[in-house]
Amino acid sequence: MTEEIIIAGFGGQGVLSMGKILAYSGIMQNQEVSWFPSYGPEMRGGTANVTVILSDERISSPVLNQFDTAIILNQQSLDKFEDKVKPGGTLLFDPNGIIKEPTRTDIKIYKIDATRIAADNGQPKTFNMIVLGAFLKAKPIVKIENVKKGLEKSLPERHHKMIPMNIEALILGEKELIEVQ
Amino acid sequence: MGDLRLMKGNEVIAEAAIRCGCDGYFGYPITPQSEVMETLMLRRPWEETGMVVLQAESEVASINMMFGGASSGKKVMTSSSSPGISLMTEGISYMAGAELPGVIVNVQRGGPGLGTIQPSQADYFQATKGGGHGDYRLIVLAPNSVQEMNDFVDLGFELSFKYRNPALILTDGVIGQMMEKVELSEFKPRLTDKQIEEKYGEWIASGKKPDRERHIKTSLEMVSEVQEKNNERFQAKYRAMEKDEVRFEAIQCDDAEYVIVAYGVSSRISQKAVVLLREQGIKAGLLRPITLFPFPTQKINQLTDKAKGFLSVEMSSGQMIEDVKLAVNGKTKVEHFGRMGGVIATPGEVVDAVKQKLIGG
Repeated sequence: MTEEIIIAGFGGQGVLSMGKILAYSGIMQNQEVSWFPSYGPEMRGGTANVTVILSDERISSPVLNQFDTAIILNQQSLDKFEDKVKPGGTLLFDPNGIIKEPTRTDIKIYKIDATRIAADNGQPKTFNMIVLGAFLKAKPIVKIENVKKGLEKSLPERHHKMIPMNIEALILGEKELIEVQ
Repeated sequence: MGDLRLMKGNEVIAEAAIRCGCDGYFGYPITPQSEVMETLMLRRPWEETGMVVLQAESEVASINMMFGGASSGKKVMTSSSSPGISLMTEGISYMAGAELPGVIVNVQRGGPGLGTIQPSQADYFQATKGGGHGDYRLIVLAPNSVQEMNDFVDLGFELSFKYRNPALILTDGVIGQMMEKVELSEFKPRLTDKQIEEKYGEWIASGKKPDRERHIKTSLEMVSEVQEKNNERFQAKYRAMEKDEVRFEAIQCDDAEYVIVAYGVSSRISQKAVVLLREQGIKAGLLRPITLFPFPTQKINQLTDKAKGFLSVEMSSGQMIEDVKLAVNGKTKVEHFGRMGGVIATPGEVVDAVKQKLIGG
């Protein structure tokens, strides 16, 4: 199994850390992983994206022009990456701020209203975990228990008290996923 | 099994330095390699192993601090990105001229000049053909994974002390910035001054002993005849490296009709291109030089028996292609594909280039 994913949105949304948690979860189930961020003069409010690959085999290129899954968190990213989803692939987006919805008919499209859900719960920082939960419902490539193990491994001990809150957000995302087509 | 982590290439360079018993790191921040010194400052190895970590006032200062440390037999290193390495080239030439070991890391970005902060491979000439002045060569290692960023720090030190010549790790912004699974090396203790004296006492500047001449570490020699002898000694080392230190990886080359030659991140992108080409029934292979100097000339020449064409894939206008052409020696065609200025080629583009430049052309 190889899953090639692009996660794209605004800087500050937790795009890069979502990718990192996903990569760590892959390691927890003995997979090969790669994580390559866009880096540059980008900052909070600018665009940010990361390519994450999880595979049972040695990963060749960390840089891709086509993806199995695109996780899209703003309009610019949708414009940029919709065409780059492989036919039969998956596109997951948060409708917040999206004025032009995806138009492809040869891919699976899912929606997660994560910005609103996170705000309604008064925990805007769990936004990216809600999105990740939704993605794992659409494509269960890593087990929730491995996400938990990944968080335990990657976070310093003093932050471990945050893990239950993040796992709850993940489960909430799983529940709230909407299948568009 | 060692310590398994998910880390950036740059962070791994720092961790590998601490673990291999490095005595000192001297650097100056520059994107896309600032995480090397950031990680070292965060790790505070001076409390753990006694390793010195110093932010110098410039790249010129860093390389000259290395000259000093290496003169006393210490394992010293620096890292920078393209414009910073240009500033260091004088010092690198001096180190080669004074026969001093040390590891220099270049996490390449697009040029010329200040250029861009995005990844590039346009410093191949600078790394392999001198860069600085005079007839010298560096041992040039080209990692293509985060794991090799770990492994090549230790290997770089080993080779640079074996030949008493600086070693350069030539990598790029992709390998520096990306995270992969890495198995970190076991800790090796730093050498004590007594151990250094025992191992390298013959050449280091460790204080004049009554039974020997002073050891003066310099690249200056005013008597031409003596300097010619020095040069002959350097050249003999470079020939020995060419004989014993060539490293490469050949992927599906045995039956390959079309061979891509690529190093660093381009080799990863090209590896995917080989898979895509094979799916289309095209017999493609990848020859990845791991050492850029010494270059795997002989291996490439052997591949001309079967190959109908070679494609040098580099993120530059075509620099390594000159060494590929020398290796192929006119037996078949050699073409180049690359993006410049910080643009990263994609596997699809490499597939198209093989079809258009080698098969169609």
